Amino acid sequence: MKLRSILLCCALMFAGAATAKEAAPMATDVAVEKRMVAISEELRCLVCQNESLAGSHAELALDLRREIRTMIGEGKTDQEILDFMVARYGDFVRFRPPVKPTTWLLWGGPFLLLAGGIAALIAFLRRRVREEAAPRLSDEEHRRAAALLDQSNAHDR
Amino acid sequence: MKQRFLIPLAVFFVLVIFLAIGLTLNPRDLPSPLKDKPAPAFTLPQLAAADKTFSPADLKGKVWLLNVWASWCVSCRQEHPLLVSFSKENNLPIIGLNYKDQLADAKNWLARFGDPYLLSAVDADGRVGINYGVYGVPETYVIDKAGTIRLKHTGPITPESLKTQILPLVAELSK
Repeated sequence: MKLRSILLCCALMFAGAATAKEAAPMATDVAVEKRMVAISEELRCLVCQNESLAGSHAELALDLRREIRTMIGEGKTDQEILDFMVARYGDFVRFRPPVKPTTWLLWGGPFLLLAGGIAALIAFLRRRVREEAAPRLSDEEHRRAAALLDQSNAHDR
Repeated sequence: MKQRFLIPLAVFFVLVIFLAIGLTLNPRDLPSPLKDKPAPAFTLPQLAAADKTFSPADLKGKVWLLNVWASWCVSCRQEHPLLVSFSKENNLPIIGLNYKDQLADAKNWLARFGDPYLLSAVDADGRVGINYGVYGVPETYVIDKAGTIRLKHTGPITPESLKTQILPLVAELSK
C-alpha cells in the first residue's frame, strides 16, 4: 500500500512536470493565448479530424495556432481569423459550419429524424387505441364464452 | 400486414447501402475552397539555387502542376516514381513546393529518388502551404494559363487519378 502511494506520487510529479513543459511557450501573453484557444477550439485540426485545433499536437495545428497568434497580434477580429481559415480549408474546418444549402441536411437531419420518430410514435399509439376500442369478440363468440363460463361455474359448485 | 417482417429487413438493406457508399468515400478528400480561385501569390527561394526565387507569376500563360512534397513524407515517396516517369513522358512543368523540410534532406532525397521538378521552391516555415490549404502532404494542384487553381488533389497521385483526373484536365486546359 505504501509502495503504491509512493508510485502514485511519482507518477503525479512526472505528470505535473510534463504539463508544465508543454504549457511554457503559451505563457507569453495571457490575453492573446486565451483568444487563440477560444478561436482554435472552434476549428477542426485537418490532420486528425476529430480533434480541435486547440487540442491537437499535429505540426499543422502548431503552425495554424502560430498563425492565429500572429493575426491576433495584427489586430484582426475573430471573424476575420475564422474567414482566413475557411478561405483556405473550407467550411469543414469549422466545428459549427454555417447554415447554407450544402449544410441544410447536416443541420436539419437530426430534426428530420426526430419528426420521423414522433410520426411513427403517433401512428403506433393511434393504432393501439383503435384496436382497443374495437370489440374483440363477435356476438356469437360472446355467447359461447358465457356458456362455457356458466358450465365451469356449475361444475365448481 | 403479413409482410411486416420485411420492414426491418428493408431498413437493414438501406443501412447497408449507406455504409457501402461511405466506405468508398475518402474522408481525407475535402473539397478545396481554392478551386477556381487564383493561385495564392508567393515568392520563395529555389531549392537548387537559394539566390534565385520562384513565384507562380513566372509561369503565367502555361498550364502547370504544383506538387507539395517533403523528404519526411512517406506518401511522397510512394507517388514519386509516378511523378518522375510522368515528367519524362510529358512536357508539363511540375513545380515542387518543398514543405517544412531541411535543405540537405530535401536535396539528398531528390538525388536519390530522381527529380521530376522543373524546380522546387522552399517553404521552410509552411506559410505558403497554409495559404494553399495544405493539410496532408503530398498535394497536387493543377494551375491553368491564367494562374487559377483548377484541381486540388490531396494525397499521393495514383496512376488512376493521373489518368482519369489530371491528364484529361491538363489536356483540356492546354488547348
